[in-house]
Amino acid sequence: MKIYDGKYILIGLLVFGVLATFPIWLDHGKVIAPADPSLNTPVIDAMMQKHCILPKAQMITEHMKLLNVWRTEVVRDGKRLYVAPDGRKYEMSLETECFRCHSNKAQFCDRCHNFAGLDKATDPYCFSCHVVPSEKKPGAGAVAVVPKEGK
Amino acid sequence: MGIKFSLAAVVGLILAAYIGVTGAGFYHFFGVTMPYLAIILFLGGVAYRVLNWGRSPVPFRIPTTAGQQKSLPWVKHAKYDNPSTKGQTFVRMALEVLLFRSLFRNTKFEAEEGHRLYYQQEKWLWLAALTFHYCFLVILLRHLRFFTLPVPSFVQGLDRLDGFFQVGLPGIYITDGLFVLAVTYLIIRRLVIPQVRYISLPQDYFPLFLLLAIATTGILTRYIYKVDLIKVKTLAMGLISFHPVVPAGIGTIFFIHFFLVCTLFAYFPFSKLMHAGGIFLSPTRNLPNDNRIRRHVNPWNYPVKVHTYAQYEDHFREKMVEAGLPVDKELEEAPSAPAE
Ligand code: HEM
Repeated sequence: MKIYDGKYILIGLLVFGVLATFPIWLDHGKVIAPADPSLNTPVIDAMMQKHCILPKAQMITEHMKLLNVWRTEVVRDGKRLYVAPDGRKYEMSLETECFRCHSNKAQFCDRCHNFAGLDKATDPYCFSCHVVPSEKKPGAGAVAVVPKEGK
Repeated sequence: MGIKFSLAAVVGLILAAYIGVTGAGFYHFFGVTMPYLAIILFLGGVAYRVLNWGRSPVPFRIPTTAGQQKSLPWVKHAKYDNPSTKGQTFVRMALEVLLFRSLFRNTKFEAEEGHRLYYQQEKWLWLAALTFHYCFLVILLRHLRFFTLPVPSFVQGLDRLDGFFQVGLPGIYITDGLFVLAVTYLIIRRLVIPQVRYISLPQDYFPLFLLLAIATTGILTRYIYKVDLIKVKTLAMGLISFHPVVPAGIGTIFFIHFFLVCTLFAYFPFSKLMHAGGIFLSPTRNLPNDNRIRRHVNPWNYPVKVHTYAQYEDHFREKMVEAGLPVDKELEEAPSAPAE
């Protein structure tokens, strides 16, 4: 079989083939560690019946939506009280409510966010304003729930 | 006919994935078998089509000449509309591939009231086509976040740029809206312009409906029927490292999206979508117009016995001189015996 201009065509096909399968080459041989977020914090460990604001599956997929709604309610409407579908009441606050239990951002939030490939510096952009209580310097008025997380 | 058939085909695909996953539980088929099948068909099919095209000889240069060809020095040469060198042809191709330049010159021919015929510029097709293709590219590149770990910074940068407006959480992407708009325009165009509708076939509607369905299911996955992205990424990484796993509990909407994408890739090489490869192999675009500069030999020429004038004269010189015919070489200059 004669291919006319075979040189150009084969080079073109090769470049296309490599680009189209680029992730295979990039990830080749890497061991992909699972995200494995940790739920072991003193507050969660001390809970008799472990529960979050919504059922777990829903928290996984909806937490960003929930936080966004909270943000709007607090900032625009001045409401601070959230009543969950199961009747439990929560204060709509990332810093004092979420982080009360999930005081381990590095082993919890970051694990999945890194695995999903979010850009640590800018995404999610919550943390360009909010601070993580446990990462506040002692003496800055913060009540550290657990010792500062090491990296 | 074509419209209904294509629409039914896409609806059928969606239902197949929905029933296959929720009813029959064919997770392995939709999560593993289909994507591998699709990628093999895609890569193999594209290579087959391109090599097949490569088998056609192009003995003569047949570029469309959309401007003044290279001529005398004081005649202005349209370098990129009538390229005469490889470099100029490369620029022409780049403009074609990256900016759809010849589509930009699209005109329409219409009769006005009072039967006056006139040509008019028609840029909307170009605009929608370019928008659609670039949005598709950006969306594809952004999806690399499922297939790489760590995610390359250009993917993150693209994500940030595309999500620039930071509306809602998860944030909306500019390309998502533009993609849907552009594809919708391309569909409507086929439906409302009578001439275009007349020449439209099922294979023209099907890719458009499929793309719209892919975008719609993608958007639904992101905003409405949200799925666990950690599990999706585990599936994607498993596929590309050839240790496929299908984590339990990924929402059905993801499998529908994924199945439609697999269908698109599997269908690609055998459809008009192959214009993506075809553009590079178009002799009317990728050849320099140097017919009058270089000699192009037809590769299927069979050897022809030739008798050149010089040989002819060698043969008949004496007789020619005798008859008083002019000769290039006089008798004294020529070798005595006619060489043959
Ligand atoms: C032809 C290729 C594809 C097209 C045109 C496409 C299109 C889209 C679009 C428009 C969205 C909306 C959000 C966004 O733009 O990121 C989306 C989301 C999504 N796509 Fe695709 N997609 C394609 C391939 C894939 C593949 C191969 C996967 C498998 C991993 C996939 C999984 C997803 C998931 C999980 C989401 C939801 C993202 C989120 O929730 O943030 N898509 N897709």
